[in-house]
Amino acid sequence: MTAQTATAETTGFNWKEWVFTTDHKRIGVLYLIGSMAAFVVAGIMALLIRIEQSTVGPTITDDPAQYNTWLYFHGAAMILAFLIPGLTGFAANYFLPLMIGAKDVAFPRINAFSIWLFYAAIVLALLTFVIPDSPDVMWTGYPPYSVTTTGNTAFYVFTVHLLGFSSILGAVNFLITVIYMRAPGMGWNQLNVFVWTTVAAFAIQLVFIPVLAAAVTMLLFDKYLGTHFFDAAAGGDVLLYQNLFWFYSHPAVYVIFLPAVGILFEVFASMGKNRIFNYKACVYGGICGICLITGEVWVHHLYVAGMPDWLRIGQMVTTLLISVPVGLIVLSMWGTLWRASITYNVAMLYAASCLFLVLLGGLTGIPLALTAVTIHLSETSFVHAHFHFIMALFSAFALFAGIYYWFPKMTGRTADGPLAVFGFWANTIGVNVTFWPLFIVGVEGMPRRYWDYEMFPQFEPYHQVATVGAMIIAVGMTATILNWIISAVRGPKAGENPWKSKSLEWTHCPSPPGPGNFPQDVVLPEGWTPYDYDKK
Amino acid sequence: MTGLRTLMAGFVGVIASGTAWAQEEGYNPAPGWDHLWNEILIDITVIGVVFGAVAIYMLFKFKAKNPDDVGKGPKLSKAQAISWALIPAAVFMADDFFLSAKGWDLWNVYRNPPEDAMEVKVTAYQWYWEFTYENGITTEELVVPAGKPVVLRMSSEDVIHSFYIPKYRVKEDVMPGRVTYVWFRPEEGEAIATCTEYCGLAHANMPVTVVGKSQADYDAWMVEQQASAAPVAAASAS
Repeated sequence: MTAQTATAETTGFNWKEWVFTTDHKRIGVLYLIGSMAAFVVAGIMALLIRIEQSTVGPTITDDPAQYNTWLYFHGAAMILAFLIPGLTGFAANYFLPLMIGAKDVAFPRINAFSIWLFYAAIVLALLTFVIPDSPDVMWTGYPPYSVTTTGNTAFYVFTVHLLGFSSILGAVNFLITVIYMRAPGMGWNQLNVFVWTTVAAFAIQLVFIPVLAAAVTMLLFDKYLGTHFFDAAAGGDVLLYQNLFWFYSHPAVYVIFLPAVGILFEVFASMGKNRIFNYKACVYGGICGICLITGEVWVHHLYVAGMPDWLRIGQMVTTLLISVPVGLIVLSMWGTLWRASITYNVAMLYAASCLFLVLLGGLTGIPLALTAVTIHLSETSFVHAHFHFIMALFSAFALFAGIYYWFPKMTGRTADGPLAVFGFWANTIGVNVTFWPLFIVGVEGMPRRYWDYEMFPQFEPYHQVATVGAMIIAVGMTATILNWIISAVRGPKAGENPWKSKSLEWTHCPSPPGPGNFPQDVVLPEGWTPYDYDKK
Repeated sequence: MTGLRTLMAGFVGVIASGTAWAQEEGYNPAPGWDHLWNEILIDITVIGVVFGAVAIYMLFKFKAKNPDDVGKGPKLSKAQAISWALIPAAVFMADDFFLSAKGWDLWNVYRNPPEDAMEVKVTAYQWYWEFTYENGITTEELVVPAGKPVVLRMSSEDVIHSFYIPKYRVKEDVMPGRVTYVWFRPEEGEAIATCTEYCGLAHANMPVTVVGKSQADYDAWMVEQQASAAPVAAASAS
């Protein structure tokens, strides 16, 4: 044991230790802070959107341009600056090396470069609120509108570039880390499910991000350099962009979904002291299966975009087939609770509520997989509610479960006080009050992205209920974030392994881990798995 | 290769036989949509309730009795593991193909307008719609004879819009440089059509009324339109 592997008893705050850090744990914490900051700002936008929708006609703004900017920022920031960096940036950075017994990632300096690219992107995104003619192209940026608008589409493009670059570097880094830096003797079938889901997410990022980068770069060229990729009048094609965009952005759903699923497996296994049910079916059928099909389903985002009929029918079948790998994952998740021995804490509460969020979000995706049904439902609040349940709420709740689960590892303290429990119930009630009414008005024909809905005054009461729900979430999230900050400083001390988990990050390193992570080299006993609770 | 051709010919035959009933009265996307929607709602509700009930049962039933207890989840044999993967996968796939077949059926209705359908050209602008009838008359609201199928051939003069009539369960994007179509069977009375592809500042402010009139009222309306358009046409010709 050398001085380098001492525990992280710091002697006071030194900003240089954070700005110039190459330690994967500190970078993870920086990702968490950055993504939560994006979450707070984008969440405030959501609240403004909901308040505006609470009455027919102008409520808090009579300027649709203002409202469109909120929509743009909410969508782009929640997906690109909160969910993806929160799940792959924070959770993977901090815990993946610990789970595989590595002292750090393969390329720590590239990792440090990634985090500062991410922060640059956040600053660029925040400039939305101060520049004249802020971007108003939604997070999708469809041309010709994004090209002809007076809004500054360039800010959208450069934000995507920076985040994409950051993610590609992260993907290379983490894939190489898992391939080459696992503890001696750790085989692929002994990895935590979270490690597998993260590997899958990064593999997807690496393959598909360049396509998005190309698409938005072509936007930039069309708007500022006079090219005509998407200009039908000059021989371009308006649909090219949508195809390229969704070729990345559908897989991006799994970049968010998979690590969220991975966190849930860790929480269920540790809190239920149980092995993963049918691990190999989950990993090779479920997680790898999603990776295989994910690039063949993007047309379901273009079901009403005038694509050839045979393509829409073909991708209806592939889209429905996604239910096979997702079904295997769900089955393993349910099975992991079978005959478990569950200890409840806040992490487990969030994880348990995810079981219902994934059902709601996943099953409402089935009608949307059918081209003929989507003809009526696309671009309505039904879609809006569906993807919030499966992507936003499910993944955010899974991330919060992970934050509570790993809080003692990061801070040496627990965060399970009454404020946390209050926050959980407020959030759970809030999301259901917000999004159930949107399902209902969606089926009745309420379009998305409407500043006003004077032609559908009958929907007003539903919007009002949804707005009340958003306010409940705001209260819940304020309590949650306050609780994290207070607990990090003053929470009750947790032992090394408060949940009595068998996973490597709990059994082999102190809380919080010092530089180099492990006081001793990790030696795994024969037949070790992170889930062998029945072994003494 | 010939096998594939035979197969494709078979598919085409199925579609063609589908269009044979295309001219019948009941051939109508909107009630078809409602019917399929109800079936799918039952399908997903059953799955959701089963999985949800099992989850609730396990979350209460398998609480730790004492803090040192560990879970007793089954360790699967190879045969069990494979069965637990293949059988559920087969069940999910069966449901997928069942729904695909149903969805394809309705899709064929949506995409094959009856041959006697009346055509109206729809042109989208930021931020209004223009409807041009076969006789050249252009209007700003869509008036159609009730009961008769109507096909809209749609195109945009600027950005992408989407023409949506919630009541008739139809929607398709309206783009520059391409012509898309929807068809529906209007009823007597008014329906709202509105834009559902984000198109900028007044995206929410381009609703238009779709009016279904009896054939006699429609004919009278059309004569009126032609009368009011004629002096304009004469003036512009001179």
